[in-house]
Amino acid sequence: MSAATVYDPAGFALPDAQKRFLRWTIYIGYGALVAGIFHGLANALSFANINILPYFPRLRGYYQGLTAHGVANVLVFTFAFSNGFLPLMTARALSRPLVSWLVYATFGALLLGNILVVYAIVTNQASVLFTAYAPLQAHWTFYTGLVLVVVSTWLALGNMLTVLGRWKRDHRGERIPLLAYISVVSYVMWALASLPIAVDFLGLLIPWSLGAFGGLVDPLLTRTLFWFTGHAIVYAWLLPAYVSWYALVPRQAGGVLVSDPLTRVVFILFLLLSIPTGFHHQYTDPGISEQMKAFHGVLTFGVFFPSLATAFSVVAALEIGGRRRGGRGLLGWVVRLPWGDPSLVAQMLAMVVFVFGGITGLINASFTMNQIIHNTTWVPGHFHMTVGTAVALTFVGVAYWMIPYLTGRALWGRRVALASSWLYTIGVLIFARGMISAGLQGMPRRTFQVQAGYRSPEWELGGALTGIGGTIMFIGILLFFVVMGMTLLVGKKGAEPKDIPVTRTITAPSLTGWQPHLDRIGLWVIAAIALVLIAYMPFFLTYAPRFISPGFKLF
Amino acid sequence: MKIETYEKAYLALGGVTLTAALLVLLYTSVGMDLHLPTRVAEVDPATVRTTPPFDQPGLRQTGPGQYEAVMLGQAWAFLPQEIRVPVGAEVTFVATSPDVIHGLLVAGTRVNLMLIPGQVSRQTYTFRRPGEYAIICHEYCGLGHQGMVGRVIVE
Repeated sequence: MSAATVYDPAGFALPDAQKRFLRWTIYIGYGALVAGIFHGLANALSFANINILPYFPRLRGYYQGLTAHGVANVLVFTFAFSNGFLPLMTARALSRPLVSWLVYATFGALLLGNILVVYAIVTNQASVLFTAYAPLQAHWTFYTGLVLVVVSTWLALGNMLTVLGRWKRDHRGERIPLLAYISVVSYVMWALASLPIAVDFLGLLIPWSLGAFGGLVDPLLTRTLFWFTGHAIVYAWLLPAYVSWYALVPRQAGGVLVSDPLTRVVFILFLLLSIPTGFHHQYTDPGISEQMKAFHGVLTFGVFFPSLATAFSVVAALEIGGRRRGGRGLLGWVVRLPWGDPSLVAQMLAMVVFVFGGITGLINASFTMNQIIHNTTWVPGHFHMTVGTAVALTFVGVAYWMIPYLTGRALWGRRVALASSWLYTIGVLIFARGMISAGLQGMPRRTFQVQAGYRSPEWELGGALTGIGGTIMFIGILLFFVVMGMTLLVGKKGAEPKDIPVTRTITAPSLTGWQPHLDRIGLWVIAAIALVLIAYMPFFLTYAPRFISPGFKLF
Repeated sequence: MKIETYEKAYLALGGVTLTAALLVLLYTSVGMDLHLPTRVAEVDPATVRTTPPFDQPGLRQTGPGQYEAVMLGQAWAFLPQEIRVPVGAEVTFVATSPDVIHGLLVAGTRVNLMLIPGQVSRQTYTFRRPGEYAIICHEYCGLGHQGMVGRVIVE
């Protein structure tokens, strides 16, 4: 009864021009990853009381650098990757080319957005960190550039939906191939989640930065709109990684995915539950009632559930692979997994670290416990294990087959690539151990510790581990960059993978019963909107916007 | 098939664990009376320095062993900079910001507040251990953010 996750397992090749633009879109992402890690290193070392910023050629300001690190590594890297990866997966799954002008437009919007953002940050007109909390005020080019990055994701989704629509027209009554389904649902969730921040930036922050509304802004409203999008955004980063874990990794490990229907249910749960959870980032905020915070807290626990299901499915697929390769006994299959494949190893290490990332995330969501760790270094300790590893290291692992696939050049330096992932993993575990312990002892995040007007001796160990771990992570990513650079320059031509790694499932999708309803994505979007309204209307109905704060440029 | 049984058992166990954790949280909130900041009051950041009680930031005794600490977090200092209370004092922090968003963390306690212009933040905490506690601004508020610190002295 096993079934394919793509329409035509025999193979499909995109037109070269589309491949080229997808490649460039993804290069912007990896470029941003590398651009951001220098300040990542500087930040990590600053917690160990070491300041390397004076040796930087430009961007020597701590908060300017922290803004660059955040914007480049969590906003640009993630979305640039997904803008290339998800349309590629959709096209491959449906065996149909993308809409060319939308591929070009996605790249164009992303590039233009990046130019504006880089200009704003490099000229020190936007040292407001990636959260951009008003009334700290950035130059309009910063907000506009970020809007264009979001617009590029909408264009990518438009492309995927167009291709899917055309496929459905030609295949009435058929189930959407799983790989296309989960790719599209990932970005549908994001498109819905991005609307509040679009209202925030387009309707409030950009006009305000240009002098509208008498130069005044509502700090609580803009902050709430930010977090309205701001938790779902982490799932927008994570779901493309899940696409790889569900639909590609099983094949890479020599296994199969267990269940087609459960996989679809998981992605629908993310569509429903990712967004109405934002207040758990605002537990310590005034102006929002405790009951609403509690409601969002419960839903945040709910959105943990599909990740639990993911852990089961992905590990089961790996186990099947390990056993097929001769693994015996309770854990013998682990040893037999292809530990020499850098793409798979990066992603398996990402999964291991994500266990700790998930647990610490649940603690963040834990209402009263959050008061111990909110805005301490615990939080970056947590998210460097989620977006910083589960997502980033997966995107690194995907690069090891996808860049060869898109460029026609075989991967250079398999051992270097393996070393990169292991170093990064060891580094992040040390780093997170440091940040988490110091955070529990009250060390604030987003603070230039080298010049702090306070410093507790309790933080010394945590700070030192942060610096050591961060340095190892930095070396790991530099090695990734070496591997990528050498692959592009000297990778053997013609020895690249000719297709994406296509997985099969044991349980096939059913054409009858409740399952086909999962494919009616539009209906699920309506259900998601209903849940969002229930979660957010009590706030917006009882809060009258107050334009009270002038902009401050304290940087 | 065997794997489907495992799957159901695993998901059920996960669901039960999450529910149990939520019940524990409910107990900390209702049973132990630990609360998050909630909607308290609104002020105008332009006039807050002349609006009671923020026109006179400082510590006031409100009852036996009970105090109210009215504070302003501004770029880049807390007003007042220092609070002295006896051991066992129950202190209610009432704070806001006249400029940008700040944070108010009393290190080593669960006093953890965002100070948002226009909104009044309030949280109550009983200081049972003597010593000096740093009041740290834990939200980025500009170039001098790392220097924004006050202290609570419990004696």
